[in-house]
Amino acid sequence: MRRGVSLAADDCPVSEAHDAADTFPKLLLEQARLRPDRPASREKDYGIWQSWSWAEVAAEVEALACGLLVMGFRRGDKLAIIGDNRPRLYWAIAAAQALGGIPVPVYQDSIAEELAFVLDHAEVRFAVAEDQEQVDKLIAVKERCPRLEKMVFSDPRGMRHYRQPFLCDYETLQARGGEFARSNLAFFRGEVAKGQGGDTAIILYTSGTTGRPKGVVLSYDNIITSAKNAIAFEGLTDREEVLAYLPMAWIGEHIFSYAQAFCAGFCASCPESPATVMGDLRELGPTYLFAPPRIFENILTQVMIRMEDAGWVKRWLFHYFLGIAKRVGLPVLDRRRVPVIDRVLYWLGNMLVYGPLKNTLGLSRVRVAYTAGEAIGPDLFNFYRSLGINLKQLYGMTESSVFLCIQKDGAVKPDTVGLPIEDVEIRIAEDGEVLFRSPGAFQCYYKNPEATAEAKRPDGWIHTGDSGFFDPDGQLKILDRARDVGRLDGGALFAPKFIENKLKFFPYIKEAVVFGDGRPFVAALVNIDLEAVGDWAERRNLAYGSYQELAAEDAVYDLIEGCIEQANRDLAAEPALAPSQIRRFLILHKELDADDGELTRTRKVRRRIIAARYQTLIDALYLGRSSGRIETEITFEDGRTGRLRAELAIRDVAMASLASAPLLLQEAS
Amino acid sequence: MRRIGEPVLIADRISLAFGGIVALSEVSIAIRRSEILAIIGPNGAGKTSMLNVINGFYHPHAGSITWKGVTRRRMRPYEAAAQGIARTFQNVALFKGMTTLDNIMTGRLLRMRRNFLWQAVYVGPAEREELAHRAHVERIIDFLEIEAIRKTPVGRLPYGMQKRVELARALAMEPELLLLDEPMAGMNVEEKEDMCRFILDVNDEFGTTIALIEHDMGVVMDISDRVIVLDYGRKIADGPPGEVRTSPDVIAAYLGEEAAPHSPTARVPSSSRNARSAGRGPG
Repeated sequence: MRRGVSLAADDCPVSEAHDAADTFPKLLLEQARLRPDRPASREKDYGIWQSWSWAEVAAEVEALACGLLVMGFRRGDKLAIIGDNRPRLYWAIAAAQALGGIPVPVYQDSIAEELAFVLDHAEVRFAVAEDQEQVDKLIAVKERCPRLEKMVFSDPRGMRHYRQPFLCDYETLQARGGEFARSNLAFFRGEVAKGQGGDTAIILYTSGTTGRPKGVVLSYDNIITSAKNAIAFEGLTDREEVLAYLPMAWIGEHIFSYAQAFCAGFCASCPESPATVMGDLRELGPTYLFAPPRIFENILTQVMIRMEDAGWVKRWLFHYFLGIAKRVGLPVLDRRRVPVIDRVLYWLGNMLVYGPLKNTLGLSRVRVAYTAGEAIGPDLFNFYRSLGINLKQLYGMTESSVFLCIQKDGAVKPDTVGLPIEDVEIRIAEDGEVLFRSPGAFQCYYKNPEATAEAKRPDGWIHTGDSGFFDPDGQLKILDRARDVGRLDGGALFAPKFIENKLKFFPYIKEAVVFGDGRPFVAALVNIDLEAVGDWAERRNLAYGSYQELAAEDAVYDLIEGCIEQANRDLAAEPALAPSQIRRFLILHKELDADDGELTRTRKVRRRIIAARYQTLIDALYLGRSSGRIETEITFEDGRTGRLRAELAIRDVAMASLASAPLLLQEAS
Repeated sequence: MRRIGEPVLIADRISLAFGGIVALSEVSIAIRRSEILAIIGPNGAGKTSMLNVINGFYHPHAGSITWKGVTRRRMRPYEAAAQGIARTFQNVALFKGMTTLDNIMTGRLLRMRRNFLWQAVYVGPAEREELAHRAHVERIIDFLEIEAIRKTPVGRLPYGMQKRVELARALAMEPELLLLDEPMAGMNVEEKEDMCRFILDVNDEFGTTIALIEHDMGVVMDISDRVIVLDYGRKIADGPPGEVRTSPDVIAAYLGEEAAPHSPTARVPSSSRNARSAGRGPG
């Protein structure tokens, strides 16, 4: 079904043969020589996909690099990059690397506080910003970052009255660079040639679920070896299409849309705006896709909401064939034996439902899709696979340049993350922590030797902080963050992430945080999904004025209670997890938000911070009260803060007994 | 840097009555090139009537209108449109079943040179013309940040977005004078902030002269260069926001009676304030 490793090597002999190209700027020049006319970057602008070939990108990067040089950028300087995914920002990464500098991408939705910390900590001298919004943020924190000298902006809109001498327009900079390049023809190639594989390629700040962000220093060797190993593993070629839509400061985005594109020579396309991603995905039809679980959750929620609007024939067809897919989709995808009648039904379903659905979602051409970033709920995972989408899990982190384990085609299980890939060694420590050694292992945490020493031990093994084990097939299974796994009072195992994922599979539940370690039972804080629950309320003529009002509705509590009961029945089916059924819950009055520090920028739950903030609510849950009072501080988008008070109802949920039959989760939608 | 110039539109002693009701009596207004002029006043003061007179929808019973040096008693709406006066309406007046893109394209209608037969066959000059218009519309879509709803039927959009599409359609005419009738009515704070920013940007980027009616005093005081106050069909004040705000007549007629709900100290959107100060910087 998929191309094997050997075929892949024939398809792109380049990436294997030329070991001389050991930095991204060298790879860029090589791609420009080998495939000058193949598209390298694409962006939708003014409603049209605009493309740049590898030769054009090389020229753009050269001019930009020379422009930076003229502005004063020197070897070893740091260049901050902040904005949505834009080809120019990717080129800025390459330009900084060409000059021997170090790019530091920053999360584009960072608030001033986080931005100031990263820029100051990384000792950034120059910054490339997308537009006025980002420039305003940079100007606001400039005082606190004495080393920040110059800012370049890409989109001149609204910038014409800015008179600050440290601002420079991207086009002006590039024009100056172009002039310099014409009079110093050999300069750029000379600078590129000075780069070595062992040099620092990039510093990526991990938002981290605890404490201050840490700057992970990765070398060219780290990233390029990892990227190439994964390309060989999946047989990726220069014909792949990817959509570059996740934050540029996230390692996954950097690997998939930058590193692997440069190594394999395929084109990375940037969406028109963050709001158009779904439409752009459909137009592009990517063959290689990566998304954190929340994206897949969102897509499913959208589909379910829209199906509610369909006529009864379509609705019936949809649910009937989803049932077929659930039963036979996985064996078909894994090429196992399936009775003829089921094969026919699945084929019919593909014609009538799965095919059109995949087409609408832009997933028709997907050869390889990864869910990465955090664990995905098994039901969600199987839903996509049963439609015939080759969705797989992988395991990795910023510190390992992503790839540690990938699931092989045909050996995909929802609860594992696959086998270690080439050159990667994985060992489980005595306390269950996952340790690894790999060529992608990071250099250090920037200016943070204590943290480095804690993660990177003298014996060469790197401590991940995740707890896991190998299943009988040799596939790695990740339980949770090691420090989050606990035990209930009665001694039963408590793995919060697992339970939360069960809850998050329901379209109505956007986020859930469960507590139980050292407690007599499990209790949950729930965030409703405004879109799904809002739509549900509208159908029932339920009036509401705000998120807070909707979340407090009795009917919404009933709805969520129903979801939790179903999750409980599911948990009851597994003896080890039966005790961790949810006994009490409440619906939070506000969405958990990264601006309030409750989620990381990649939207992972920061358990400890939430536990501290909502202490009074958690106490109310465990003291058996019927409601809890809360006053929280919230941060508005412009950085101001306000206070929010609420009295939240608490509900008890029926626990399922071990004997009751497990129900299919899909029916909940 | 935009400069406020000479008056481009002069309405001289305009009077308008519907039966026995006097909507406007001897109102004189001069709108200067590249300024943002706000017309305020209590309900029924004659604000919308004034806009309707300016773009030729109503014909005044007395008085004259001078637009770009040409004086006339009456001007028909399509003549006004052809001569560069565009407007939006208090109640959104879009084609609900058509997409955002198509709605904005209708704003280009007056600039289409080929007749419908040419357009029907869509070859040569007609195709080139259509592409040029589409390119212009795409620039407006980009400017107003409505890429995500390009292909969405307008009827399905939330109200605030429909208002933005209506502004886009008015801009598609490349107007010299833009009349906005309550552009922010029924919007939440965030939508208002966005709208403020777009109005300022339009004025700043294209030098478009803007006359707007608005009830949100925070917005009015924040974004306009000049404010005209109407009361019972008469003009009772005309000047910079600060001056108008302290005028005893205005306080008595308008702000005084409803000082609490319309207080000019109402929260001012921070983004527009920033944009404003940037827009008025030296240089």
